[in-house]
Amino acid sequence: MIEVKNVSKTYITGAGSFDALKGASFTIKDGEFVAIMGPSGSGKSTLMHILGALDTPTSGTYILDGKDVSTLTEDELADIRREHIGFVFQAFNLLPRASALRNVTLPLVYKQIPKEQREKIAKAALKSAGLDEQYFNHLSNQLSGGQIQRVAIARALVNQPSLILADEPTGNLDTRTGQIVLETFQKLNREERRTIILITHEPDVAEHADRIIFIRDGKIESDKPV
Amino acid sequence: MIISDLLEETVLALSSNKVRSGLTTLGIIIGISSVITMVSIGQGSQASIQESIQSIGANLIQVQPGSERSFGGVAAQRGSAKSLTADDAQAIADEISVAQAVAPEVSSRYQVAAKGTNTNTSIVGTTSSYTEVRNVEIAEGSFITDQQQTSTAKVAVLGPTVSTDLFGEGVSPIGQTIRINGNQFTVIGLTVAKGGSSFSSQDDMIFIPLSTAQRYFSGDEYVTSISVQATSEKTVDELETEITNLLLDRHHLNASSADFSILNQADIIATASSVTDTFTTLLAAVAGISLVVGGIGIMNMMLTSVTERTKEIGLRKAIGAKRKEIEQQFLVESVMLTLAGGVIGIALGLGISFAVSALGIVSTSVSWSSVVIAFGVSAAIGIIFGYYPARRAAGLNPIVALRYE
Repeated sequence: MIEVKNVSKTYITGAGSFDALKGASFTIKDGEFVAIMGPSGSGKSTLMHILGALDTPTSGTYILDGKDVSTLTEDELADIRREHIGFVFQAFNLLPRASALRNVTLPLVYKQIPKEQREKIAKAALKSAGLDEQYFNHLSNQLSGGQIQRVAIARALVNQPSLILADEPTGNLDTRTGQIVLETFQKLNREERRTIILITHEPDVAEHADRIIFIRDGKIESDKPV
Repeated sequence: MIISDLLEETVLALSSNKVRSGLTTLGIIIGISSVITMVSIGQGSQASIQESIQSIGANLIQVQPGSERSFGGVAAQRGSAKSLTADDAQAIADEISVAQAVAPEVSSRYQVAAKGTNTNTSIVGTTSSYTEVRNVEIAEGSFITDQQQTSTAKVAVLGPTVSTDLFGEGVSPIGQTIRINGNQFTVIGLTVAKGGSSFSSQDDMIFIPLSTAQRYFSGDEYVTSISVQATSEKTVDELETEITNLLLDRHHLNASSADFSILNQADIIATASSVTDTFTTLLAAVAGISLVVGGIGIMNMMLTSVTERTKEIGLRKAIGAKRKEIEQQFLVESVMLTLAGGVIGIALGLGISFAVSALGIVSTSVSWSSVVIAFGVSAAIGIIFGYYPARRAAGLNPIVALRYE
């Protein structure tokens, strides 16, 4: 359960202050598949950083699973990310000289889970994300774009997060591969009841979600089901 | 992060850029091995200098005449005065209980001839106790006896260098006749070579009875020095005091007008040790500088690595790594590099030390404390020079780091 109440974010730069978010409010229930859409500069990246506990709002509250995340310290935010959030990045961000399996076990390393158990959980996550078992021990720089993004999705799944945040997950993929990745998200949402937030600027990508929150100039412009 | 994971991550990170890790470690290897080698050379020199001083004779005290003062108060060279006699030596032997053995000597350089060859060497007139006091061993024949001393016999014991000069290599000089300053002597003994680079090598001397030297060469009753051996290392200082008192008493003098001086072997060793200590410190300092340079190399590499892996750091933070965990990871990397360098450097340093010693270039003595210190220093360098890059990595903002291209 995600509750965003009147969240604002102001950046102070040398040239003055800049309001990236101006009082955004919405609620996302567990098991929802939501797309956050908006043109570049609309504040959707800032919103994603706050939802992902990478940053805190200047004012307003963000409550994740009943816990107020808006006033936490750097290390407390790291705890929230480790326990509650899975990221899928546009640039994938896999460790290049590590195997697919190793990339997926990485979040569990920081959860101090023993190696054997780690690999079992990671293999299950890779299967959920739809990567063929024969690629598990391939180095990530030997995989195709689609396979890489599946590894990235498996990494986001592996810590059983309350929320999967996907930031332009298809931005670096061709249309067909992108389609497969989006179908994977849909499958995870329907079959495993994962809560997924998809950040994108493309309408046809956003349509794969069940609900679209449209943001412009730091304000929620519309919030309706697809 | 648990320790085994931390080590695994570190090994992976370091082995992914083997050449760079290797070259960086090389700086530490050179630093550590040169510290160990240099210290071992310094300490080896110290040991060999002490040994050569000891070889002159253990627990030795030398009494020399003071400088002779003319009426005008002008002092001549120390030791030039004629103030010590064989009777003084006899008194020391008789009256001081801690004097183990006493050997008076008269020495001077003369031309020595035998069978058409000749050489110029030190002629030392002394008594039978000289062998004990000055660690002289006889290779062939015998040393001067008390009987020969009493009878002012014209007999000579040759050092190996003199023997080779006069009779050639490997030829026994025993029974041969030599002429010293026009007087004919029979060779009765040959001493064992002591080696040593000392400017007064005992190998290049001829020993004759003291009484003979006084009668035929110096023409008086005085001696040029008295060597006294103490009963043990502990009694050396007591011996020095007692000799001083006895001689002052015999010469009817007070302490300020003493006409002799006393050289204590322990003092000479202490002086030599302080010189070699300075030498060792100097060598260690130069090697230490190379260690610091190696440490800067580590820091340089770690900073480059942090910059290169900015995105990776961002990712690790995004998936929940804490500041401390990132800091640990980079710190362990630099410590592992320096420790590896330390271990290899120690092995190399020990190898070089033994090789240098085995090849006879310089004698070395490895001090195990320097090995322990070197190991500790290499770990410390890893922490000191790894700290700043690790802090920098840990302090990165995950949002900025993830976007870094």
